[in-house]
Amino acid sequence: MAAIKKASVDAVLVGFGWTGAIMGMELTAAGLNVVALERGANRDTYPDFAYPRIADELTYGIRMALMQDPATSTLTIRHTPKDTAVPYRQLGSFLPGDGVGGAGVHWNGQHWRVLPEELRLRSHIEKRYGKRFIPDGMTIQDFGVSYDELEPHFDHFEQVCGVSGQVGNLLGNMVAGGNPFEAARSNPYPLPALPDVYGAALFAKAAREMGYHPFPQPAANASRAYTNPYGAQLGPCTFCGYCERFGCNNYSKASPQTTILPILLKRTNFELRTHANVLKVNLTADGKRATGVTYVDAQGREIEQPADLVVLCAYQLHNVHLLLLSGIGKRYDPATGEGVVGRNYAYQMTSSVNMFFDQDKPMNPFIGAGAGGAQIIDDFHTENYDRAPLNYIGGAYIGVTQTGGRPIQQMPLPTDAPMWGSGWKKAIKDNYLYTASIATHGSVMAYRDNYLDLDPTHRDAFGQPLLRMTFDWKDNDIRMTQYVTGKAAEIAKAIGPKSIKVSAKKLGDHYDTQVYQTTHNTGGAPMGENPKTSAVNRYLQTWAVSNVFVMGASAFPQNIGYNPTGLVGALAYWSAKAIRETYLKQPGPLVQG
Amino acid sequence: MYVGKERLATRRIFLIKLIALVPVASLTACGSRETSAADAQSKAIPFPQQPPTSAYSLQYFTAEEWAFINAACGRLIPEDEIGPGAVQSGVPEFIDRQLAGAFGHAARWYTQGPFIAAGPEFGYQGKATPREVYRAGIAAMNNHCIERRGGKAFADCDASTQDEVLKEVESGHIAFDDVPGKAFFMWLLQNTKEGYLADPIHGGNKEMGAWKMIGFPGARADFADWVTRHGVHYPLGPVGVAGSVARVKG
Repeated sequence: MAAIKKASVDAVLVGFGWTGAIMGMELTAAGLNVVALERGANRDTYPDFAYPRIADELTYGIRMALMQDPATSTLTIRHTPKDTAVPYRQLGSFLPGDGVGGAGVHWNGQHWRVLPEELRLRSHIEKRYGKRFIPDGMTIQDFGVSYDELEPHFDHFEQVCGVSGQVGNLLGNMVAGGNPFEAARSNPYPLPALPDVYGAALFAKAAREMGYHPFPQPAANASRAYTNPYGAQLGPCTFCGYCERFGCNNYSKASPQTTILPILLKRTNFELRTHANVLKVNLTADGKRATGVTYVDAQGREIEQPADLVVLCAYQLHNVHLLLLSGIGKRYDPATGEGVVGRNYAYQMTSSVNMFFDQDKPMNPFIGAGAGGAQIIDDFHTENYDRAPLNYIGGAYIGVTQTGGRPIQQMPLPTDAPMWGSGWKKAIKDNYLYTASIATHGSVMAYRDNYLDLDPTHRDAFGQPLLRMTFDWKDNDIRMTQYVTGKAAEIAKAIGPKSIKVSAKKLGDHYDTQVYQTTHNTGGAPMGENPKTSAVNRYLQTWAVSNVFVMGASAFPQNIGYNPTGLVGALAYWSAKAIRETYLKQPGPLVQG
Repeated sequence: MYVGKERLATRRIFLIKLIALVPVASLTACGSRETSAADAQSKAIPFPQQPPTSAYSLQYFTAEEWAFINAACGRLIPEDEIGPGAVQSGVPEFIDRQLAGAFGHAARWYTQGPFIAAGPEFGYQGKATPREVYRAGIAAMNNHCIERRGGKAFADCDASTQDEVLKEVESGHIAFDDVPGKAFFMWLLQNTKEGYLADPIHGGNKEMGAWKMIGFPGARADFADWVTRHGVHYPLGPVGVAGSVARVKG
């Protein structure tokens, strides 16, 4: 029992990144008294991301000053249910955020929507390829929400973020230069695309000549002066090269700080408390209703915050952890396939083709924007090609995104380069300026034995069991990346560098937690239409406790080919609309289970 | 050449001054390092006119360890005609500072037990912190050299012997009883590269020599005017976050 009990509020938000900021805006606009609890520190452009201090690769890019601190909280990982999981002791494969803004501070701004088919993946695959095309053990599901339902919310989130890009399909009319495979948009992007970096321009030219359809990557990196619908202002991106892993010093990258907080933090019915580590959601004795949350403050005191409505807005892994610790929803059991919390954990499949050029072709890799200046083809992600002969479900986009040339981390070298000595030094001198990379970024399906639960052994700084991840790569997704990476390598060869280096997962490769891949962890609290296979309904309301909602990529039943933030934002606005227009008028389940 | 002779010479006198600040015992070790063949070229550089402006006091390493780190850094990134070496760039100082700080203490790692052996995909799972692994790893490598390589500590071996020993630890061919040799080598190499390529505020990359060598403009962080200058070398040299400025040709 917590020693200190705060006055009750209408809504408490757990975590204050993108979805916390969106929910804060929406629920305060509905007149609710809202408290947001953020486990990390308060942070803002000044002083935390200020130039020149932020342009320090070692502190932010390598020692990860803005990321979750594993000493306080981490998880354990294993490959199969038969293994013993070990702690994720140092950050590696993925980098959950920490502090106000969360991962919305240190993302790149690769701001995508979703393919309509990806939202109804199981139905779509069964219809196009037949039920038997889905391999045993693959547990893909429909999201339970359609693209048309989400479209206004994608549009709004793009307006909030000042996304730079080139429309390809405006209200069903095809527009040259955009993505011809995208679903219809109600508006063009709020800002024009940023100019291409050299490597992206070479990629687009070669891809076009091969019959593909390159377009600028949608980027939450502003290309012009911009004022968003809330009145927050962004200025043009300078291609500084310190985007991912860093906070933007220039008010150019959309983050909660640059697009929402200047307005939200001034609202009198909103309160932010930082260094507030939520331990659990408190429930009534019958477990059917949440009464609020308990958290530990900066002084180590346990505090109870009663609330009528609890919205989990933390990172995907932490949302699932809190559901498990609080006993909300039935825990998933891979042996029976029953239970919903922890189910359908997935990740992102990536690969790269480095291109090494002669010294008359400087690529100037340090000229980097997190998402802008990039060229992409969606030809191997979308539904325009037949997977039947390739025997996989899913796909990946291919493109050149030059996020920076920070020399400790971003120093790809040819395969024959030594690891140290004079040979290494010669290799970095000869290659640093002359390297560009094609990347592929693709889907990962859900499987019966890839899931999240609680670790039986290791505990966090608060004495609670760590979350446990059971995950390994599966053949379907590796067949996908092998095929798509092969296409990327063909484009690289057409560009004509001196040499290339292809890095892609092969059949039998195991998930390596040490190597950074993406911070696109998904699932564990999947959304859906069936309470037996989903933790939250189509409005992100938990089936088990109707006054608990769960935002974020934990709702993805499997991972999509695109980067997740656009869909995470759209789902938050979609959920907020349902809360404002329906739930608040008559609190209770929005869908009967 | 991107680094003028005068600058290299400045580094040289800096190192000598720096060595003077560490305990006497290290002088012997470092002195013998300086007579190694690999350094013969730099010995020929004349002393500069200007005195050094700063010096460094060791925060973590002992004198023997300091001799090892200088010798190992000198082999991992040697000084040669391609560009500055790790020692000349201040990497030993960088590593000493890192081990005295949060990294050395694994302050931001999960360090609770139990410590369960796992495959390499799960990263370092040991109990010892990086500073403890360095201490034990240096001692083990020195013992190995003394017992198997002619009675001399690593720093006193010749360059080719040092290279051989480093390669054997890297590959796991030499294993030690009390310390994970591969983890030690991995950190040593990673930290050496970090110090070489990080901003000078962390103690390495003196005069941004490595950045000048590769063409990285450091913390300039505004290339709006150069995005569309495709295939054209960027004209400015690097700047550091604490205000250091260098010219590419000068």
